[in-house]
Amino acid sequence: MELAAGENRVAMTPDSAKQLQKLGYECLVETGAGKKAGFADAAYEEAGVTVVADAAALWAQSDIIAKVRIPTDAELGHMTPEKTLITFFNPGGNAEGLELAKEKGGNVIAMEMVPRISRAQKMDALSSMANIAGYRAVIEAGNNFGRFFTGQVTAAGKVPPAKVLVVGAGVAGLAAIGTSTSLGAITYAFDVRPEVAEQVESMGAEFVYLDFEEEQADGSGSGGYASVSSPEFREAQLAKFRELAPEMDIVITTALIPNREAPELWTEDMVASMKRGSVIIDLAAEKGGNCKLTVADEKIVTENGVTIVGYTDFPSRMATQSSTLYATNIRHMMADLTPEKDGKVVHNMDDDVIRGATVAYQGEITFPPPPPKTKAIAAQKPKEKAPELTPEEKRANEVAAFKAQTKQQVTLLGIGAVLLLGVGLIAPASFMQHFIVFVLSVFVGFQVIWNVSHSLHTPLMAVTNAISSIIILGALMQIGSGSWIVILLAALSVFMTGINIFGGFLVTRRMLAMFQKS
Amino acid sequence: MEFGFTTAAYVVAAVLFILSLGGLSGQESAKRAVWYGIVGMALAVFATLIGPGAGLWWLSIILIVAGGAIGMYVAKKVEMTEMPQLVAAMHSLVGLAAVFVGYNAHFTMKAVTSGADYHGAFAELVAHKDGVELGILSVELFLGILIGAITFTGSVVAYGKLAGKVTSAAKKLPGGHMLNIGAAVISVICLIWYMSTGGFFPLFLMTLAALFIGYHLIMGIGGADMPVVVSMLNSYSGWAAAAIGFSLGNDLLIVVGALVGSSGAILSYIMCKAMNRSFISVILGGFGGSAGPAMEVEGEQVAIDADGVSTALDEADSIVIVPGYGMAVAQAQQNVAELTRKLRAKGKEVRFAIHPVAGRLPGHMNVLLAEAKVPYDIVLEMDEINDDFPETDVVIVIGSNDIVNPAAQEDPNSPIAGMPVLEVWKAKQVFVSKRGQGTGYSGIENPLFYKDNTRMFYGDAKASVGDLLTRID
Repeated sequence: MELAAGENRVAMTPDSAKQLQKLGYECLVETGAGKKAGFADAAYEEAGVTVVADAAALWAQSDIIAKVRIPTDAELGHMTPEKTLITFFNPGGNAEGLELAKEKGGNVIAMEMVPRISRAQKMDALSSMANIAGYRAVIEAGNNFGRFFTGQVTAAGKVPPAKVLVVGAGVAGLAAIGTSTSLGAITYAFDVRPEVAEQVESMGAEFVYLDFEEEQADGSGSGGYASVSSPEFREAQLAKFRELAPEMDIVITTALIPNREAPELWTEDMVASMKRGSVIIDLAAEKGGNCKLTVADEKIVTENGVTIVGYTDFPSRMATQSSTLYATNIRHMMADLTPEKDGKVVHNMDDDVIRGATVAYQGEITFPPPPPKTKAIAAQKPKEKAPELTPEEKRANEVAAFKAQTKQQVTLLGIGAVLLLGVGLIAPASFMQHFIVFVLSVFVGFQVIWNVSHSLHTPLMAVTNAISSIIILGALMQIGSGSWIVILLAALSVFMTGINIFGGFLVTRRMLAMFQKS
Repeated sequence: MEFGFTTAAYVVAAVLFILSLGGLSGQESAKRAVWYGIVGMALAVFATLIGPGAGLWWLSIILIVAGGAIGMYVAKKVEMTEMPQLVAAMHSLVGLAAVFVGYNAHFTMKAVTSGADYHGAFAELVAHKDGVELGILSVELFLGILIGAITFTGSVVAYGKLAGKVTSAAKKLPGGHMLNIGAAVISVICLIWYMSTGGFFPLFLMTLAALFIGYHLIMGIGGADMPVVVSMLNSYSGWAAAAIGFSLGNDLLIVVGALVGSSGAILSYIMCKAMNRSFISVILGGFGGSAGPAMEVEGEQVAIDADGVSTALDEADSIVIVPGYGMAVAQAQQNVAELTRKLRAKGKEVRFAIHPVAGRLPGHMNVLLAEAKVPYDIVLEMDEINDDFPETDVVIVIGSNDIVNPAAQEDPNSPIAGMPVLEVWKAKQVFVSKRGQGTGYSGIENPLFYKDNTRMFYGDAKASVGDLLTRID
């Protein structure tokens, strides 16, 4: 059972237990551990899980222990060198815990240390918990906000839609944006990483751009997480927020920088400028809060009537959902630890994911891990933007294109005319008559054929086929004249072109009749 | 009947032919336009039959009727998937007729100049020509026979390849294009020889050389380049008719020959542009060597079964289907059309994206889909639909490969670099129905199959789509 006050989650559900059994493990659970998350002991037993009476017995009987919250000293005291503990550990701020784990000699896998690479997404508990936190933040905000999210025109009057600002478009931020837009609020979002603007817009929110020239570092170098921004950038950012503050009904701040105090983004004067009844949800409360007025784990109301919610247990408030996801994360971690599916743990320290998440291994502290071999996100290629052309430039281009075209046409016409004249010089008049007809026909042909629709190219070929059998005229003119061989050849030609004419036209008609409009 | 009447009839016929081609700009007007062509042809034949100098008209009519009966029978019976080979076969007839008519012109000319007894309109025409005109006449009929002969064997080979009777791989005799050049040189020599002697033998020798060129040239071109080949042969058959028209002094032949010739030339040009290759490189056969090592393809092809595809289709709102030659080979168009109907009945937006060189004939896919009763207004061209892929939920690629190959845009060293392709990979999900792993006609690895949003739906296209049909209701 989780000892931390207010913690409702559990690290194994009956469903995940079934999957774990398929990997060859026997599963145990402390009695009542899943109760607050909605999983009764009976459900566990039904799934083949042994329910043990207390934590001490559990620790004694099992080789791998999965839990949610950072282990207490007492819990770590149960560790032995053969045991593996999978849990949130906060290794960056839990030096004593690490020391204790080292002393005891067990292996500790910290779920928050799972590297952010595609392969490890299925065990990324931070993301799955952040997703829930983002969702819950909006619900919590709605709970404390006195109006609708969506705008309505009712018989009882018009209701304007709520305006929501989400600061920090990480996993939690995006989840909040999605929830907020689907509830119908006008949603704005901000993030220091410019590359997420597209994701934000794809969720239906409006990205708040800064008028700021500095090259903003994208998140690719830091595993997709935000890094510290320059003071000038911060100023520009705060100025923008100050401008937005009076308009916003709900502000959800999710800005966190790994292993640092949360940056202050929502200052007291912004809170003061907000409307009465507005709500601020500070998801960074655990790390000091993005708003300095935030009190961790509490809901306060400021003098001007702004509610600031600083709960740190959003995932726990949706224990059933978060337990399901967390247990699945654990299960995937176990699957990676058990490549043979035989119930034997292979702690492969060469594996990027396992190495990254392991903070204590066989009596040694293995934190912080070396940088993973795979980069989390491909570096953003600088986008080549075609420079916007001014109207003058556009005109100049058009004129140039027109000139080039004219030049080309005149050249072609010139060459054609010279050739024609050259032919005319030597050829007799009777030939020239036909030649003019020929040239004009080619010309007409080109003009006409360009307009033929692409989808009718096959009928075009069939019909040109039929009419090119016009050569039958030649054969008809010859068939009446002279020697037997002429008559024979002409007769054959008439016969063949006859096939062609009827076949060609008929098949064209057949094809055209098939083209139907819906 | 007076000569004036015949000429007038020819003018009307020429106008009708132009209208007939011009009418093909839209599906509805095309249905009317084909009648213009039929009337024009009937008028031209009728005017010639009753015109000056035509003899043995009863024999002509019998032959036309007999030929017409065969033509109608073939046209009724032919499957739409066999359209390419039918068109090729018809080209060969035009080519052969041009050769025969050219020979006749030669015989008549000989007879007239040698002072023998003559009759017929053409003979009278020849009799009034002076020396220079006769010289031009011989060049004209020489060209007519040359082009006609190339068209004939070329079309026969193209027919064989399209019908699967000859291997569709590019094949050349040892010596390659030198043989063609040799045959062309022989033809030129024959022309000079013929001009000086006027004998039949150089004409005959040239015919043999031209027949060889036609055969060898088309043998050296692979199956997927057939759209270009067929339109090129279409063009040739037109030019042959025009050349014969010159030698016979018949303006209608010239007009129609020029119309058909330019039509084929434009089609070839469009096809070449769609493959980003020059006409010459297509005719010379095979793909050129790549300029450097091709980009390495990373990842793996992930397979999916019919259940997976149908679930995705169920969830999708907009679907684009990209058919290729593989759909025609598998005869899958009816199943595809049925799938389209079912999906549309469920309120989904289903459209088709047609690449200009999909299939073996320009517009081949359009005809197949039309046959299966897919409405033509949801069948779109590449340029019309390429911008819509990012908003498309599911793309189904059926039996096409190179025309959806992202390497054309991403890899400057790819042999097909720069070829306009359908940007299917921008869609949210792509399913590729394909018989098995392996490269397309050009032998180029297709990075599309390795993309994260691509799933391979292996199996015969007809069976695969049929499988989907049972799962969607």
